[in-house]
Amino acid sequence: MNTLLLTVLTLSVLGIVLAVILYFVAQKFKVYEDPRIDDVEKMLPGANCGGCGFAGCRAMSEALVTRDNIASLFCPVAGGDTMKSIASFLGKTAAEKSPMVATMRCGGTCDKRPKVNHYDGALNCAVVNTFYVGESACAFGCIGYGDCVSACKFGALHINHETGLVEVDADKCTACGACVKACPKGLFELRKKWPKNRAIYVACRSKNRGAVVMKACKAGCIGCGKCEKVCAFGAITIDNHLAYIDPEKCKLCRKCVNECPTGAIKIVNMEPLPKEPKAPKTPAPEATATKDNKSVEA
Amino acid sequence: MATRLFAAPSPHIHGGESTKRIMLDVVLALLPALAVSTYVLGLRVLLITAVSVVSCVAFEYLIARFLLRREATICDLSAVVTGVLLAFNLPAGIPWWIVVIGALVAIGIGKMTYGGLGTNPFNPALTGRIFLLMAYPVEMTDWTTSIPDALSGSTMLAEVKYNPALASELNFTEMFGGYMNGSMGEISALALIIGGIYLLWRRVITWHIPVSILLTMALIAMFYALGFGGSLVYELPLFHLLAGGALLGAIFMATDYSTSPMTHKGMIIYGVGIGVITMVIRLWGAYPEGMSFAIFIMNAATPLINKYCKPKRFGTK
Amino acid sequence: MRTFPIGGIHPQDNKEWSKDKAIEVLELPNEVMIPMIQHIGAPATPIVAKGDKVLVGQLIGQAVGFVSANIHSPISGTVTSVDAYPNGQGQRRMMIVIKREGDEWLESIDRSTELKRECRLQPTEIIEKIKRAGVVGLGGAQFPTHVKLSIPDGQRAEVLVINGVECEPYLTSDYRNMLERGEMLLTGVEILMRAIGVERAVIGVENNKPDAIKHLRDIISRDNYRGIEVMPLKLRYPQGGEKQLIAAVTGRQIAPPPALPISEGAVVCNVSSAIAVYEAVQKDKPLIERVVTITGKELKSTHNYLARFGTSLDFILDHVGGLPEGDVKLLNGGPMMGRSIVDTSAPLIKGCSGITVLSGQSVARGKEGACIKCAKCVSVCPMGLEPYLLSKLAKLQKWDIAEEHNTIDCIECGCCSYTCPSNLPLLDYIRIGKQTVMTNIRARAAAKK
Repeated sequence: MNTLLLTVLTLSVLGIVLAVILYFVAQKFKVYEDPRIDDVEKMLPGANCGGCGFAGCRAMSEALVTRDNIASLFCPVAGGDTMKSIASFLGKTAAEKSPMVATMRCGGTCDKRPKVNHYDGALNCAVVNTFYVGESACAFGCIGYGDCVSACKFGALHINHETGLVEVDADKCTACGACVKACPKGLFELRKKWPKNRAIYVACRSKNRGAVVMKACKAGCIGCGKCEKVCAFGAITIDNHLAYIDPEKCKLCRKCVNECPTGAIKIVNMEPLPKEPKAPKTPAPEATATKDNKSVEA
Repeated sequence: MATRLFAAPSPHIHGGESTKRIMLDVVLALLPALAVSTYVLGLRVLLITAVSVVSCVAFEYLIARFLLRREATICDLSAVVTGVLLAFNLPAGIPWWIVVIGALVAIGIGKMTYGGLGTNPFNPALTGRIFLLMAYPVEMTDWTTSIPDALSGSTMLAEVKYNPALASELNFTEMFGGYMNGSMGEISALALIIGGIYLLWRRVITWHIPVSILLTMALIAMFYALGFGGSLVYELPLFHLLAGGALLGAIFMATDYSTSPMTHKGMIIYGVGIGVITMVIRLWGAYPEGMSFAIFIMNAATPLINKYCKPKRFGTK
Repeated sequence: MRTFPIGGIHPQDNKEWSKDKAIEVLELPNEVMIPMIQHIGAPATPIVAKGDKVLVGQLIGQAVGFVSANIHSPISGTVTSVDAYPNGQGQRRMMIVIKREGDEWLESIDRSTELKRECRLQPTEIIEKIKRAGVVGLGGAQFPTHVKLSIPDGQRAEVLVINGVECEPYLTSDYRNMLERGEMLLTGVEILMRAIGVERAVIGVENNKPDAIKHLRDIISRDNYRGIEVMPLKLRYPQGGEKQLIAAVTGRQIAPPPALPISEGAVVCNVSSAIAVYEAVQKDKPLIERVVTITGKELKSTHNYLARFGTSLDFILDHVGGLPEGDVKLLNGGPMMGRSIVDTSAPLIKGCSGITVLSGQSVARGKEGACIKCAKCVSVCPMGLEPYLLSKLAKLQKWDIAEEHNTIDCIECGCCSYTCPSNLPLLDYIRIGKQTVMTNIRARAAAKK
């Protein structure tokens, strides 16, 4: 009985003493934090992807609460609506941004862009990029070891082993930008996300002349400029033998797609325009490609 | 056949060493001890070793294949090493089913839980042995199937522990050759030393860990003997090196790659730690033998040692 | 016998394939491609255009800035193109293509073969001549020699270390140079000593080349080369690394980066570079050719060629009977530090001391296993690093921690990957870690300014 009493007593005294110490320590080291930071953090998606440029959602919400002007802050994962509601909660104005999606701009599939050597090092794009161009002769194309896939925290990327290229799942992509940083060849771009995940883009980054491109890859942009001429909205520009479609100006008319001799312009979730009647003399795109290429060379 | 150009970052040649070859070397180095053990203790030694090796390999294969669902890496022979070492840490008279349980703990808990080869913080064979020592203390310390006219019933370590003067009456030549009580693998110092020299020659291990363990143990034993009036200054250290698992532990168990430090400096600290803890347990602890506990405890300290013992950076003093 | 203090390995040297082949002059190709970057630093600017006639030794690429090197035409003929072409690694670089017409040399070049030993030029004049001739480190690093010889203010050179180690397996070009062009080499060393104002030069040679050691010692005593010593070194890779060689020869260790060899009073130069220096200073001959080893177990013949730069690898390979069939690895350099070549139309460049052809089973890497923490990589690392850790950190992209563990000290010698029993691509990852950390450090330094 005595032992029991002693035990209870000792433990109680110990508990009280420690509680008092804890109380004073907590008082002494108390840090004031704006309670809204917690609220804002709850409104953010909690992906901690770093797509906003901060270390995580907590850091982002701190910035949102403490900064006066939050126009430069944007969470790509949450999107415009959430940003708007956060801004109205804080009484500030949010940045207006339309939804974006990551786009991989290389169309050099295995059959279009043949392997010219066999890589035998660590299976990592950055390692390949430290010493040579990769297994194909194209110095700009997808290496295919998936640095971007491991960088993506949302499982939106995967390698299609038939084509050897990385594919983006637009529904899962949050446009956090991790793949843009991870790709040593700079193949990814965050582009405007059209309704129904439609997209149009030039699937090539090669800045080489047409003849050089054709030698390495049959699906590359040779910079012939046909698309630029046909575009009624001035959305296409050619720079360094490479076409670029500005998603802000493009109206998805798809005229350029049929013009492209190598099929470097890709459309997603859309049907191409029917071929014009005067087209019969160009049965296969490959045939046109070689012909056009010759004219470029000459 | 056409020419296919390979491309890879440098270096383009390899020294030819392989994990499998290293493990094979360890097994080869353990063979002399197995031979002596079989000669002294009888064919049961081979049976127990076989049960241990087969169950270790089988458990590794089953766990890798069906639990972790990945390629089973039994071809690297690491499970064989674990199996032999586990058997060497058991008395020859142990029932076979206890060996199987030991193998399950060694491979299942000691190794695969952490992710398999190279990731385990504790020596798998020791994990198995310590588990068995706790779970089956009677069977694990039953030395009756061993040598009939040696000190029977218990190991010499236990006898000498309570009566250090006994150390002066021991026949060290017999102990050296293998005529003493103990676990299957630890009885012959000579065979273990031959194995150790082979490993050093093959550069599988370096001298740092075994030498620092054994030196520390000898020194402590010597000081302990001095405390007794100096009559056993040579006998007691020699006894402690030859008796029990000192050599097996120092040469084969403590040098396990993934559980020992990476730098030479760290290895010496680790070895001294093992030596001290072993002797503390042997001289003042409740157990007669402390080698396995000492290695186990220092295994836990290895990440810390690795953190603070860095190799000497070129160009710094 | 001396060697460097920590780490190192003993790869099979495989020099027997080409070590007894005397230097042969390779036939002139009909066309050469001259990259404008064959050195560390800024690329040279082409100063000729399509249609221009050039002579052998004529300047065609002008160095840009101090850390850069001039480029000269190795053949006479007409420039047919100035454009980007793929180098050995398939990367497109600015190159000048020249079609050969005869073999007409600039008149200012002294083409006589007799040794011209006397040099009365001032150090600055010597360095200027070396700079004009576009001499770079021919051991593989391609660092402009005139930059090395220009001692920064406040520092003083004490010893000239000549690298005759050739620790790379297979390669024998430096060895043949020492044996066959010993007088030129030693005169070059004398000139280099004069240029940096030192009384002592040490030629480090590994003891697997006893005849080269004896030959050089004989010339030194016969022709009375003062202050030059030939030091045999214990066989060990990577003895030819700059820091390792200085440590082996002088016993002094260069502090970690950014410290340079000059901080310990040492200047290092390769034997082939010393010969190039001799030719540049005494014969006014710019760097237009070099001795290059073509070797490999399955090649029909192996050679030590004296070849003009810009000669395509295809041309050279045709002369040795083409590539063997099956799996082949073609290397610019030796098997430890050489770079894979994937485009055989690429030209021979200044830093290419050999073309090694690996074939058969030695080509493919072994199957990767798990790291067993055997610490072999730690014990072979000549820089005192922890390769297993640096590799892992780079793989996990923990750049800051990799920096704390001194990843930039790595000299990329490959000892770690060579020795790893699990065939882990340690250096592959360490290299990206090192490059990223270097970029980060530079970015921080730029931000501070």
